[in-house]
Amino acid sequence: MSVLPLAAHRPARPGFWTTVFFVILALFLVVAVVRFTRGLGATTNLSDRFPWGLWIGFDILCGVGLAAGAFTIMAVVHLFNIRRFEPIVRPTVLTGFLGYLFVVFGLMFDLGQPWRIWHAVVFWNPHSVMFEVAWCVMLYTTVLTLEFVPMVLERFGLERLRRILHHVNTPLVVAGVLLSTLHQSSLGSLYLIVPEKLHPLWYSPMLPVLFYVSAIGAGLGMIIVESYLSGRAFGRELEMDLLEPLGRAMVVALAVFGVLRLQSLAHAGALPLALQPTYEGRMFQLEFGMGVVLPIALLLWRRVRTSRTGLVTGATLAVLGFIMHRLDVSVTGLERASGARYVPTWMELVISVGLVAIGFAAFALAVRFLPVFPAHVPGARGSGADGAPPPRAGETA
Amino acid sequence: MRALPRRAGGAAVKRGLLFDSTKCIGCGACSAACKEQNGLPLPIEKETTAYTWTVVENHNGVNARRLCMHCLTPTCVSVCPVGAMQKTADGPVIYDSKLCIGCRYCIMACPFGVPKYQWDRPVPVVGKCVLCAPRLAAGKATACAAVCPTGATLFGERDALVREARGRIARAPRRYVDHVYGLDEAGGTSVLMLAGVPFGQLGMREDLPHEPMPMLTWRVLSQLPDGIAVGTVFLLGVHWITRRRVEVHRAEGGGPAATPHGPGRTEA
Repeated sequence: MSVLPLAAHRPARPGFWTTVFFVILALFLVVAVVRFTRGLGATTNLSDRFPWGLWIGFDILCGVGLAAGAFTIMAVVHLFNIRRFEPIVRPTVLTGFLGYLFVVFGLMFDLGQPWRIWHAVVFWNPHSVMFEVAWCVMLYTTVLTLEFVPMVLERFGLERLRRILHHVNTPLVVAGVLLSTLHQSSLGSLYLIVPEKLHPLWYSPMLPVLFYVSAIGAGLGMIIVESYLSGRAFGRELEMDLLEPLGRAMVVALAVFGVLRLQSLAHAGALPLALQPTYEGRMFQLEFGMGVVLPIALLLWRRVRTSRTGLVTGATLAVLGFIMHRLDVSVTGLERASGARYVPTWMELVISVGLVAIGFAAFALAVRFLPVFPAHVPGARGSGADGAPPPRAGETA
Repeated sequence: MRALPRRAGGAAVKRGLLFDSTKCIGCGACSAACKEQNGLPLPIEKETTAYTWTVVENHNGVNARRLCMHCLTPTCVSVCPVGAMQKTADGPVIYDSKLCIGCRYCIMACPFGVPKYQWDRPVPVVGKCVLCAPRLAAGKATACAAVCPTGATLFGERDALVREARGRIARAPRRYVDHVYGLDEAGGTSVLMLAGVPFGQLGMREDLPHEPMPMLTWRVLSQLPDGIAVGTVFLLGVHWITRRRVEVHRAEGGGPAATPHGPGRTEA
């Protein structure tokens, strides 16, 4: 179980992705210094007209959403007792855990005074959605940590501790599902308070529900994409027998989201706007066509769904569509009312890309050193020893 | 006497300002007095910033003051996760910079675009008009009202200011548009405005709901405790049913199904 590829098998020369990773990391560190010594104005294109940008729209809104696979799979396996998905629980929990660390880490850059983040614990304002968001981040990160820790305990043979955690598994999973439901939806609720600012193509009283449902679809999509990437990086076979049903579940989630989205547009009388060739109309068409209609259309075909390329393409489109929806709510939809166009600076991009790169590297390291993938899947580990290209840090990118 | 007399015996009388655009000559004395009163650095900028809390804007010859409207049910107070923004019984919406974590949700959410951020500082805080809360506590009018040479900015008890505003419109219906801005906007504000042209032409939003904005999120947030309780029972119930199914399956000799809690992987 705990037989791991040894560091000695690795070549001394760093691989392509390792080099890319360290270049990004170096840039990331430089920008981090600029951010904390010169302030937000010197680093970002944020302004009083546009106080939230890429770091909220991508790092927070997308980071949380893409981590949604964890609670979905935990619910499926541990609450609905559909045990055959057990083999993908650990990589998915790992993705969720790293996703939330990514969010917390990203928040440190966006908050004006991140060293005061503990204020949310002490100074309460239950009327604030941001207060709910803060508590969900804290509590669910804790839950994910407890769900992740058994991998570490198992690795170091701390059976007693692992068994203790094992006993609180059910309450932990229930708490995780509830907290995720609250957290995913609350990110949508954040925008309920700006009906006069958010474009009618994206504002809806349904935003919390839309954010929740879209996160489930994106979370499932991420499991497929992540399986594909780690399959490539670690020479593993794709568990198509597990991923294909996930693909179907994703289609259902996307379809429910699509119907809800069109309904909320209809109720707001915004359907005609969706067809117009305006900036917002075009963005909506791209977001909805590429991210909802196309993946559904593709994955409804059995032949596409059961082929590796087809499934991964559909899942990738759904994930991209999800990211676009979140960025449209947080950036595109607010531009007209703010009277300002927001384009992130290269430094904002470096922080976001750097966080993603650190996340990928952490995933690769965890897979190398922890029992993440089930042992009975052929080629699960030890591929470095049998002539296949050995995994390297950052390889998953 | 630029301050209206206080209503006798009124316990928590909310005070505010009435700005009459038709009386404003655009001298900027209010901005200067504000800077001095609140210890803000010069110069007086063209639009409000974290360092300039009030300005007089000129819209095609019409002067219009910009300052915090001091909502009766303020959006910023409701959205701040740490309660750094508070509405005092006296009327002002005040800000405690020592609590602020810098999430900027107030800037994002304010329907009037009032709170501004110190983007140029490594340790930034929000800046906005606080209706001279310390002066009010000392029984004085705001600095801007006290210094206004034409009485365009009038300080007083909000009820009295509303009566005054309505009286002015009634006395000179051709001088004013029939709209006391702030009476109903976003649930009503402590700062009221009169003008001779529609407020939309002065850069003010005319499409704001008359219900307080915080209701939009409170409607959802107030459901959470009930939702959490129902959700917990439901999920535990689902778990109980499905686990029982596995146990029955195993008891009937249905093969080595994974234990309900077991990490099936280690047992497989």
